[in-house]
Amino acid sequence: MPMNEENKEFRPLIVAFCCNWCSYAGADLAGSSRLSYPADVKIIRVPCSGRVNPMFILRAFERGADGVIICGCHPGDCHYSTGNYYARRRMALLFSMLEYIGVENGRTRVEWCSAAEGAKFSKTMNEFCEKIKSLGENVRLGDLRCKN
Amino acid sequence: MGFTNVESQVELIKEISGSDPYKCMKCGKCTASCPSYDEMDIKPHQFASYIIRGDIDELLESKAAFKCLACFACIERCPRDVQPGRLVDAARQLQERQRGGDYMQPEEVPELLAEDLPQQLLVSAFRRYRR
Amino acid sequence: MQKIGVFVCHCGTNIAATVDVKKVVELVRYEPGVVYADDYMYMCSEAGQEKIIEAIKEYGLTGLVICSCSPRMHEKTFRACAEKAGLNPYMVEVANIREQCSWIHKDKEEATKKAVILARAAIAKVNLNTPLKEGESPVTKRALVIGGGIAGIQTALDIADAGYEVDIVEKEPSIGGRMSQFDKTFPTLDCASCILTPKMVEVNQHPNITLYTYSEVEKVSGYVGNFEVDIRKKARSVDADKCTGCGECSAKCPLGKIGNIPSEFDRGLRNRPAIYMPFAQAVPAVPVIDRENCTYFKTGKCGVCAKICPSKAVDYEQQDEIVTVKYGAIVVATGFDIINLDKFGEYAYNESPDVITSIELERLMNAAGPTGGHLERMSDHKQPKDIVFIQCVGSRCDSEEKGKPYCSKVCCMYTAKHAMLIKDHWPDTNITVFYIDVRTPGKNFDEFYRRAVEQYHVNYIKGQVGKVMPQPDGSLLVQAADLLDGKQIRMKADMVVLAAAIEPNPDVRKIATMLTASIDNNNFLTEAHAKLRPVESPTAGIFLSGMAQGPKDIPETVSQAGAAAVKVIGLLAKDHLKTNPCTAQCDTLLCNGCSTCANVCPYGAITYDDVQVMDHGLRETRRVAQVNLALCQGCGACTSACPSGAMDLQGFSNRQITTEVDAICR
Repeated sequence: MPMNEENKEFRPLIVAFCCNWCSYAGADLAGSSRLSYPADVKIIRVPCSGRVNPMFILRAFERGADGVIICGCHPGDCHYSTGNYYARRRMALLFSMLEYIGVENGRTRVEWCSAAEGAKFSKTMNEFCEKIKSLGENVRLGDLRCKN
Repeated sequence: MGFTNVESQVELIKEISGSDPYKCMKCGKCTASCPSYDEMDIKPHQFASYIIRGDIDELLESKAAFKCLACFACIERCPRDVQPGRLVDAARQLQERQRGGDYMQPEEVPELLAEDLPQQLLVSAFRRYRR
Repeated sequence: MQKIGVFVCHCGTNIAATVDVKKVVELVRYEPGVVYADDYMYMCSEAGQEKIIEAIKEYGLTGLVICSCSPRMHEKTFRACAEKAGLNPYMVEVANIREQCSWIHKDKEEATKKAVILARAAIAKVNLNTPLKEGESPVTKRALVIGGGIAGIQTALDIADAGYEVDIVEKEPSIGGRMSQFDKTFPTLDCASCILTPKMVEVNQHPNITLYTYSEVEKVSGYVGNFEVDIRKKARSVDADKCTGCGECSAKCPLGKIGNIPSEFDRGLRNRPAIYMPFAQAVPAVPVIDRENCTYFKTGKCGVCAKICPSKAVDYEQQDEIVTVKYGAIVVATGFDIINLDKFGEYAYNESPDVITSIELERLMNAAGPTGGHLERMSDHKQPKDIVFIQCVGSRCDSEEKGKPYCSKVCCMYTAKHAMLIKDHWPDTNITVFYIDVRTPGKNFDEFYRRAVEQYHVNYIKGQVGKVMPQPDGSLLVQAADLLDGKQIRMKADMVVLAAAIEPNPDVRKIATMLTASIDNNNFLTEAHAKLRPVESPTAGIFLSGMAQGPKDIPETVSQAGAAAVKVIGLLAKDHLKTNPCTAQCDTLLCNGCSTCANVCPYGAITYDDVQVMDHGLRETRRVAQVNLALCQGCGACTSACPSGAMDLQGFSNRQITTEVDAICR
């Protein structure tokens, strides 16, 4: 898409944390099935959704991310048995805290996606991107020192 | 009917009917189930291909389009969720819309009622003329 | 500071078509730490790897970033390549610019931009990588096979023949599985039990194989090489050591005649006693008492079997027993069943006893079956004259609540087989097969199907049947359409046979959860790689065999069983396995011994120790967490639970992930 000054549409910055066993493999399947989703999504591989430290999410928002999504294995299917359960509870808490300080709930999301669900991965990312686009740029939490 | 391209027409049919003609695998379960089979010149399993090809005019000029009883047998049994009954219904609706006649007033209903009219048909007519 | 080399792969045109590879090289060249950047057509090829090795030597590289396909694909390759050049393999990071960039984006400018960002994140991470050393864990030289059908039997035999000990866990009272229910097999028309029973006997007699029939896997813990499994041996109520398998008890059980207990093995086509063997050739030849139905267990009266048993083997007091065994590898061979047909009311399966499934037909045609091999209608025991076969019942369905989206693969062939066998025995039977497509890929498969048409004059009609209507005269009216001739058909039939879709055994979900093996939307087990690792689960040490992985026929099942066995043998042949060095580590200076990490650790890998620490010149004894590296699997649960930030995961450290976030958000 040519980006000239007149029609410069808002392109969000989205960080996706994907667990190595299910969602990252699901993202790979989306890729090999050529199911596209916006390039705004950048994936960081973590061993398990339970590895996602709330600090990482805060850091992403601080550095200017417009949305953060955490993807893990379906409940009961965690490669490490219980990691996704911890992630689910931890994120529920974090997200409500984030909402309290003004980061809308729509900007954060936890999604379960198995290694066989390439289509779901692509669909989820498309939807999440649309959602973030509708919310616009994230102005909360940004570290002003990062802005030039 | 003056559509610019087949794709947009198929899209419209998809939108109205809520089913996707491309999913049809030509198993023929609809045709096997159809009680109006003998009256039809185009058979239910062919509806999807007529729509995909863009031959909607031809479909609507056929007897088949108006011999469908809306009995829902094909809709119920279609393994692919293509539901030929809905497709042909959508095609008829599309024609109605072209004529600008997609409204029906409640007071018109009683005069349409007949003793031997299947109830399903009535329900289907409401669906077609709603809004 | 690291000296990082960045290598960008074209992957032919897979990457280069949508990502401007040269531009990526130019843009990452000046990233901090990068001393060398280059591109190549196929980085994973021998020449590509040579290039990497040369660059490592020439520029003294201490870290590598490969921008290529998914790390799940080639991370191992590039790590091995780094090791060859004397670099620690864990100093390699892969930026996934194929699956997660070039393949999903169309716009070249956008994709190139994203590729650069992904590369930058990987470079930033490598800057913080530290050399890691793999540990070693011992391998328990014993394998577990879950499921005793043809898949499990073959896998177990192959492993046992290689000299390793194998246990088979089968939940039914006998091994044999679905294949033991079949009459003949396509395309050779071999008698199924003639080729299966010798294998069953071999399993029973093999010195390396232990059979746990009427048993279920209860709990699985551990990891590759060191699984610990609890097996529940359900109470048979018969002492297997004393039982001679004479069958007196079953013959005398009063419920055999009046009990109305449908035989599972005969798919409910006949009844069985409460003390029973599923079939005559059962292995082991030891009956079980079905406690749900047995009069003795219900009322405390009867006890005929105990009185009649010549070897006093019946033991009403027997209890379930749990045995715990250690294994190095586990094979899942849980097999399949056919779907429930309740949702296909139009085929009248629940209304008429003469509408049967193909597997019921197998029993009806089997000489050991309920009719002694004589094909007859279940309603009036007359021989059917006109038989209709309906294909794809529940297969290839788009609507999920009704059926399965996949092709069940075996139905076309077994229907041709059934048609031919019936025609062989009763040539004046009229057989009509209603099909959607006839799919016969396989050696001698299409010839087999054509024989049914050409030689046996089986009437194949393209068109799915719409409705089957039981008639007052006991016949069935079949309404269908001949799509090729453009006719609607109404024909009378004496018997209708439904080729019901197959589905994985419903228990597989439970088992997959216990094994943390992934499973797809249809409950088939997922393979580690669809093409290159088809018999391995992504979970190390778990292998797949037979229908549990996807629809397949017997020859395919047997070859997959062999392949799974080879993989197991390859694992068991090793004395030690390298362990994942990406383990958790505790910073004893930060740890306050709160036990939060130990509570979340799924492996019990964290213990506490009193250690002497020097904190700002103060020497004191503190209770701190210790990670047992042999047990830690590197999930990182402890790292995000730790309130003081003392726990960190090597290879995915807090700093590394944070710096990746920074690089992406730059």
